This record gives sequence, structure tokens and C-alpha cells, in this order.
Amino acid sequence: MKKSIIEKVWDRHVVYQEENKPDLLYIDLHYIHEVTSPQAFEGLREKGRKVRRPEKTFATMDHNVPTVNRYQITDEIARKQLTALEKNCTEFSIPLADLDSPEQGIVHVIGPELGLTKPGMTIVCGDSHTSTHGAFGTIAFGIGTSEVEHVFATQTLWQTKPKTLKLEINGELGSGVTAKDVILYVISKYGINFGTGHIIEYCGNVIRNMSMEERMTVCNMSIEGGARAGLVSPDETTFSYLKGRKHVSTGVDFEKDTKEWSALASDEGAVYDTEIVIDGSEISPMVSWGTNPGMASPIDGNVPKAGNDEAGEKSLQRALDYMGLTAGMSISDIPVQHVFIGSCTNSRIEDLRQAAEFVKGNRVIDGVRALVVPGSQSVKKQAEEEGLDKIFTEAGFEWRESGCSMCLGMNPDVVPAGEHCASTSNRNFEGRQGTGARTHLVSPAMAAAAAIHGRFVDIRKAGGSTETAELAF
Amino acid sequence: MKPITVYKGKAAVLDRANVDTDQIIPKQFLKRIERTGFGEFLFYDWRFDEDGNEREDFELNQPQNKNAGILIAGENFGCGSSREHAPWSLQDYGFDIVIAPSFADIFQNNCLKNGMLPITLTKDKVSYLMNNAGNDQLTIDLREQTVIDNKGLSTSFDIHPYWKEMLLNGWDEISITLQYSPQIDEFEKSERPISTI
Ligand code: SF4
Repeated sequence: MKKSIIEKVWDRHVVYQEENKPDLLYIDLHYIHEVTSPQAFEGLREKGRKVRRPEKTFATMDHNVPTVNRYQITDEIARKQLTALEKNCTEFSIPLADLDSPEQGIVHVIGPELGLTKPGMTIVCGDSHTSTHGAFGTIAFGIGTSEVEHVFATQTLWQTKPKTLKLEINGELGSGVTAKDVILYVISKYGINFGTGHIIEYCGNVIRNMSMEERMTVCNMSIEGGARAGLVSPDETTFSYLKGRKHVSTGVDFEKDTKEWSALASDEGAVYDTEIVIDGSEISPMVSWGTNPGMASPIDGNVPKAGNDEAGEKSLQRALDYMGLTAGMSISDIPVQHVFIGSCTNSRIEDLRQAAEFVKGNRVIDGVRALVVPGSQSVKKQAEEEGLDKIFTEAGFEWRESGCSMCLGMNPDVVPAGEHCASTSNRNFEGRQGTGARTHLVSPAMAAAAAIHGRFVDIRKAGGSTETAELAF
Repeated sequence: MKPITVYKGKAAVLDRANVDTDQIIPKQFLKRIERTGFGEFLFYDWRFDEDGNEREDFELNQPQNKNAGILIAGENFGCGSSREHAPWSLQDYGFDIVIAPSFADIFQNNCLKNGMLPITLTKDKVSYLMNNAGNDQLTIDLREQTVIDNKGLSTSFDIHPYWKEMLLNGWDEISITLQYSPQIDEFEKSERPISTI
């Protein structure tokens, strides 16, 4: 029978199956961080249980680490969480990339970077953006703390097999259109719950032409469309990204692995529960204007005038009130006071390069505070070797240490109430970046351009650095 | 966990769609390392103003919605972040049951694992319940899988038999799974070793 990668990976991991029960699914790799793990460790201790496979578990500190003076954690409770993680990892023999480690960073950035994430795996983490790892052809999904505890104790989870959704993106992307715009477009078009109950397989030549980092950006936001996970069948791009990374096999073993990984790709003619086909050339650079990631418009578009129905009208009005915008206004008239380039969606080296290209030779406009927070220490190092940090700081950006930072504002990086932030993160929920903060989700290039202009501009017209300068108002 | 069998009580109404877990429990309260005590922070930014006083216009602050054990909400309830602090805070505040036209996957799972019952009903039935909530006592019978009010509504809901059994008995999932250790051992023996970390 022809099978999709989703079924192939799933079936290989079923430990136990019985009618009227979810499948008992084996978990190959479990990432943990300081915020969603303490209660799970506590649960183990209360019952005298152990971590079944500590070597299949990997920990980092990312959610509430400071991105300046990272050793001066002024927040007492945040420090308590970090200390608890350290203590728990020692007690249960779990490898940890702590603040001193050159491997530290956002969990979804370092996993792939270190070659921990590999095709065919089942991966979980107490964080909904675990879907990022799907870019490698894994089934990777976010779990809650009780499930974290369950994986600790049993290395398995009871899971009902999700439905499959094929999302095919064909054609060519226009210039200035990035992976971030692709996924924002999909969610704005099909809604924030179109993927509920499904695992999405992204395919089509737009996805095939993407680098691994771009695929990660797309898979990262699967959850924003309600999907349990999102993935891409592995191919040459996947293998050449993996080759030579720390936890990846070498020599003949790598050849062998590659063969096995290739066989995981979906069979031609595999059947899916749902199929969606999109023409990539329809997509423009996107900006979110509302309070969920589905509320987004093309840069040359407008904030909607009216909702589709009564409920839509109500939530539109609530969103506009919160965002301080008026129905029908142009996206390019939205003012920007903060710019955040970072998060597990867009903080990898290619993202920083893309942003730097727009920043080079320009200055952050007065009244805008702009931050670059690399996804990991290794991204930071690489960027510094390429001189990107200089480009940013000379333009007036702040250059920070790695962490989640302003993506969720658990550390001191927050947006003040009522102010607008062009953010490369993945969620624009009320209060996400700070109480009353107004978040607009964009690509790194769009964020960089917004920093220079103090509002959103169409990077297709503004072009690279020199033309941007001409366009300055 | 305490078992759920039959629950009789008042319902509170939160007629909003796409309520995300960032709203249910804002991130500034995620730093605790305990499982309890989150109820006072439930819907914090909606419930309280800058000075920490209750906002009169927020649904759960209104008298008819106080002391309810059931929450009736709009579609896609619990979307966004996977934080289990969301069900913890709802439960700690007093809600053991949430009724909505749809739930986000992870949230729904997280409820079930904490002995909370998420009930999916059609949009029409949810709006009927919303309109009639205030003066009503609802009876939720998990054994029969029914929601009954005192005006004559009696409707059934679906729940996976696996979860039904867990909730009815108040079982801890991990102890159940540990009974499958032989199968897990067997699986691990046949697994191809992945590169060690
Ligand atoms: S960067 Fe944001 S979305 Fe990503 S793991 Fe951190 S908090 Fe979650």
C-alpha cells in the first residue's frame, strides 16, 4: 500500500495497539526546558519514579533567560526555575545545555543545529512549537507537563493517530516573499484551526526549493493553524544539512542512514484525509494586524472593514480595539515603535542575514527600539564571524544573547502597553509580548525595513539597502 | 486524581471564540514550580485592571458567573501555547468541566490528564446553554455521556472510551502505562540505535 511519511513514521513507533485505545507510541527524543518541566520532575519524585531513558532526553534553558547580563537574573522566581532545571538534570542524569554552554539556545534552534533531530524520529517537548523539527521528516509535537512526566517515566505516550493533511504549494515565490510569509498566508487564508486533529505534510516545489531553515520556519507555525504537527519529507537538502553535525553518524553509517531516511519520503500516490493546493505566486509579504496569527494581510492590503458573520464581526472589533487600529486602514499606515528579530520561528543565521541585508547602511529611525536576539549561542557566534552584529549595532539595533526573549516576554524584554512591535515571532495574542503590547508578525526582512521606516513598508518596492535609502521619507 | 462521574452545578459563560492559553494564564505566572495555586491568576489580564482591581465588564467577574464549576466557552478554546498551567488554573479556580463547540488539541489532552472533562457540543447547543446558563443547574453525567438542564435539554456527547474510563476511575495514566513495560522493553530491543546524545 502507498503510504505517506506520516503513516510510515507513526507505524514504526507503535509499541502497543488495541481497539478502542489510542496507540502507545514510542518517543525517540524528548527536549525539555525550564518552564514546563519542574512539575513533571516533582511528579516523578513524589512517586519514586525514574527517567527511563535520560540519554534520549536533552535539556536547555531558553524561555526566561535574560539576553543581557545573562548571569544577573534579577527575577527571583525565574532563577528558581533555572536552578530547579539544573538540579533536576543532575539528579536524573539528563544532558543540559546551560547558560555556560556554547550549545545553549532556543530548544527548537539547537536541536537541529546539533544534529539531534533526525528524519524518522518521534520528538516531543513541552512547547507547542516542537512542530519545527518536522522540517526533517519527523513527527514532532508539543505536549503538556503531565505528558512530559509520562515520557520521562515510560518513553512513550498514548496517542490517537491524527488525520493527515497534504498542503501542496506550487509555483514560484515572488521576490521579497519568504517562508514566514508563506505560512502566514496559509493561516490567514484557511484560519487558525484548519489543521485541528491533523498532521500536515508540506510539499510542492515551493517547499522543495526551500532551505532547511526555511522549512523549519514553515513547520514551526503549524500549530498556529491548529495542527498537531507539520512535516516535510526528507530529501538531499535535509541530508546535506545534517552531514557533519555533532550527533549525526559519519562515513558508511551516514550513507546507510541516508538510505533509510530517503525511504521515509511519502510514496507517490499516497492518500491523505485532506488536501489543499496553493499557488505560491499568489503570496505577498504579510503583516498580521490582529490578535491571532490568522488575522494577517498582504503588505499592500488593508485591515479588513468587516467580519464575515456576527461572530467574526465581534472578534474583529475586539481585535481592532486591542490593537488600536481602525477598520479599513492601510497596513502601511500602522506605526511601529519596537522591532524584535528573534524566536524559534526566525532567529537562525539565514534570518539574520536576510534582515542585515536591509539594515546595511541604514539607521533605525528615531523613536524605534530594535532588538536582534539570535536563536542560539552558535548562531550568535556565526553571525559575529560574518560581521552581522556590526551591521546591526551600527544601525542602532541592540545585539543580544540567545533565548526566547521578547517572543513571550518572560524575561525582562517586553513591549510596553499600547505600543506596536514588528516581530518575527509566531504569536500575536493579546499580552503575548507584554501586557497591552501590540504585536505584528512579519518576516525578518519586513521587520528590518520597519525598523528603518518606523512603519511597515513593501520590501518588494523598497528592495535592498541602497534602494531603501532612496525611499526614506 | 478525583474521579468524575455525575456533576451537578452552575455554569459560567465566556462567549468568546479562540480563547488562547496566553489569556487563560498569562506568561508572568508560569514561573512557579508547583502545580497548584494558579487559580488566582486565571484570565489575569482580563480579570484585573492595572491596580489589581476586578474589571466589572469581564464575564467571570459578574455575579451570575461566580462559583460555577462548569465553563461554557466559544469555539477553538485553549488554542496556542501548550502550557498545562491553563487547565491547572481553570481547575484551581473551580472549573472541572468546560463545554465548547471545539477545543485545541493540546489543551484538550492536558485537561483530560488532569481529571478535567472537556465536552464538545454543536454550536447551536452551546449557544442555547449560554443563553440559559444564569439560572440553571446543569447535570453532566459522564457514565451516560449526557448534559441535562432543568428546562428539558438532554443531549449526549462523545468521549473516547479510553479517557472515559480514566476519568470515571480517577486513574493515573503513568501507572497504567507502566503495566506495559514488557512491551516497551521488547520495542527497545528491536530498535535501531540512534546516535547517542
Ligand atoms: S521562541 Fe517563543 S515560541 Fe519559540 S520556544 Fe521560545 S517562547 Fe516558545
